[in-house]
Amino acid sequence: MLQGSRNQSHALWDKDIALARIRECLDREGPLLPILHAIQEEFGYIDVAAEPLIAEALNITRAEVHGVVTFYHDFRREPAGRHTLKLCRAEACQAAGGDPLALRAEARLGVPMGSTAPDGSVTLQAVYCLGLCAIAPSAMLDGRLIGRLDEGRLDALLAETQQ
Amino acid sequence: MTLRLFIPVDAGALAVGAEEVATAIRAAAARYNVAVDIVRTGSRGLYWLEPMVEVQTPAGRVAYGPVAPSDAEGLLRAIRADSAHALRRGLTEDLPWLKRQTRLTFARCGVVDPRSLEDYRAHDGCKGLQRAFSLGPDATVEEVVQSGLRGRGGAGFPTGIKWRTVAQTPPQQKYIVCNADEGDSGTFADRMIMEGDPFVLIEGMAIAGIAVGATKGYVYIRSEYPHAAATMEAAIAAARRGGLLGNRIANSSFAFDMEVRVGAGAYVCGEETSLLDSLEGKRGLVRAKPPLPAHKGLFGRPTVINNVLSFASVPIIMNKGGGFYRDFGMGKSRGTMPIQLAGNIKHGGLFETAFGITLGELVDDVGGGTRSGRPVRAVQVGGPLGAYFPRALFDTPFDYEAFAARDGLIGHGGIVVFDDTVDMAKQARFAMEFCAIESCGKCTPCRVGSTRGVEVIDRIIRDENRAANTALLEDLCHTLKFGSLCALGGFTPYPVMSALTHFPEDFGAPPRLLAAE
Repeated sequence: MLQGSRNQSHALWDKDIALARIRECLDREGPLLPILHAIQEEFGYIDVAAEPLIAEALNITRAEVHGVVTFYHDFRREPAGRHTLKLCRAEACQAAGGDPLALRAEARLGVPMGSTAPDGSVTLQAVYCLGLCAIAPSAMLDGRLIGRLDEGRLDALLAETQQ
Repeated sequence: MTLRLFIPVDAGALAVGAEEVATAIRAAAARYNVAVDIVRTGSRGLYWLEPMVEVQTPAGRVAYGPVAPSDAEGLLRAIRADSAHALRRGLTEDLPWLKRQTRLTFARCGVVDPRSLEDYRAHDGCKGLQRAFSLGPDATVEEVVQSGLRGRGGAGFPTGIKWRTVAQTPPQQKYIVCNADEGDSGTFADRMIMEGDPFVLIEGMAIAGIAVGATKGYVYIRSEYPHAAATMEAAIAAARRGGLLGNRIANSSFAFDMEVRVGAGAYVCGEETSLLDSLEGKRGLVRAKPPLPAHKGLFGRPTVINNVLSFASVPIIMNKGGGFYRDFGMGKSRGTMPIQLAGNIKHGGLFETAFGITLGELVDDVGGGTRSGRPVRAVQVGGPLGAYFPRALFDTPFDYEAFAARDGLIGHGGIVVFDDTVDMAKQARFAMEFCAIESCGKCTPCRVGSTRGVEVIDRIIRDENRAANTALLEDLCHTLKFGSLCALGGFTPYPVMSALTHFPEDFGAPPRLLAAE
């Protein structure tokens, strides 16, 4: 699986592991995005300490690396909660009743979209389209897709994040 | 006798429980000592029937759906006894929703095992590539030109002309890039192809490589599509093993190989030049054109960049001929379009048909109206940058020029249906807000204009100087439309202005007279 699916199995930041993951990608054309994905897959976020390591490996400035990390919505600057719940907030899901579900999730967790619950259990995140627009509204919990979301299913997902 | 069953691994089917259904059927089969062979396929695209289970019978495949895990035992009994079942839908090929389609690009999707190259070959796969070998590069380009195929990503630029431009550049490292950054809400056709028939994309890209003299391809897949990326990776590995990719593809003198690259959640990277920057490992900033990607694309090299559906349509064009494909469609929109019905819709899914079908037929007849049962009030066609159309425009035929003539676009073929509870001022505000979130920041109209747009719409909603602010919004949209570097800023005015034009009552103005068109 790709990033976001193994929130509970990330390594703690480690320079040597990071360097190893960077080296794996160096023979590819345009290696920066693959490197950042590898780092995030390993640690769950891109530690600021990774930036100079990547810059040196690719012979580019640290500012360039920083610019790329902060440009893309996927790359986190700090670890996420133990679970990540993504709710689709795009038009097809809006049309199918996604707005009240998003409000419900925010109210139940007590945090706005884009933040982590105070107990660190779950990060609530808006996503703009999971490609499940014919079975909207949709969500993704730790890499698992959920379609035809309703209040009951949402509550079950939220309960899962509290275990 | 072993029962042969087909259950999708398509992400949409999985999201409504296809995996649990497969597990339950296996367990029930074990309990009753029934031998079953479960083939995991893509989706047929009838999403209201997902999870759909198909059974091989002498007469063809019989469909059951939507199946829940608790149905497994009863279903198995009914299948073995060939008796009636509440979920039995009859022969899949005879389902009216499928039967009225013309599946050219999606001929194999939901039918074959997406990880089996043998299955692909057994269902007419690789025939287009063989014909490309025998025709040679120049005639291959001309065949695609003759087909009238236009870019299915949304821009609608003739694919063959793009290829010809790259083919005419001097020999050097050239690239084939597939834009699989399908970010438009209401669209999922690229995802379905990659999950249901990935070899057709590989074959289409390989044909492009032969045609223009490129040896390396990239598929840039958005990170929101992990299942599609995994299936593409598996298919590419299988294609290498089977000799479809490599130094001498299919025992020819041509070399072509490709790899998957995963995006990182930036909508703007669906814009082709931004995607190229992203592939190069940069921020996904839009490039000014010229130079065209065909001349200076990936790493400054001549590059063919096309959408998934464009490449996936090439194998059948090469196999059956450009004329065969061109005979479908209307006007300058030739061939078929995989249309995606989404949002608040009763029968949502993938409907591939020749251009020319009207919007009303698609929404009311094919889609069956809303899932909520309330009246359809608006449909957004072509993703977040597409216009909202009221019922008064439902006679618009699905055709690039017909939609443009009514200030809309067909984009990537997604149709999102809204019922009468929708607030169009809120949708207009969202369009501006989305543009502000996703703007790459390179040009001012898009970067600043989108944020100002949200503020102006807020003032209109709050009834502050409504007339003056509405005029200001129109002026701002004009600036965005003509002053932006790419379609993100340039097309955001479509949803905004169409909402304002067709649904003025939601902005506090008197309703528009009916049948004003």
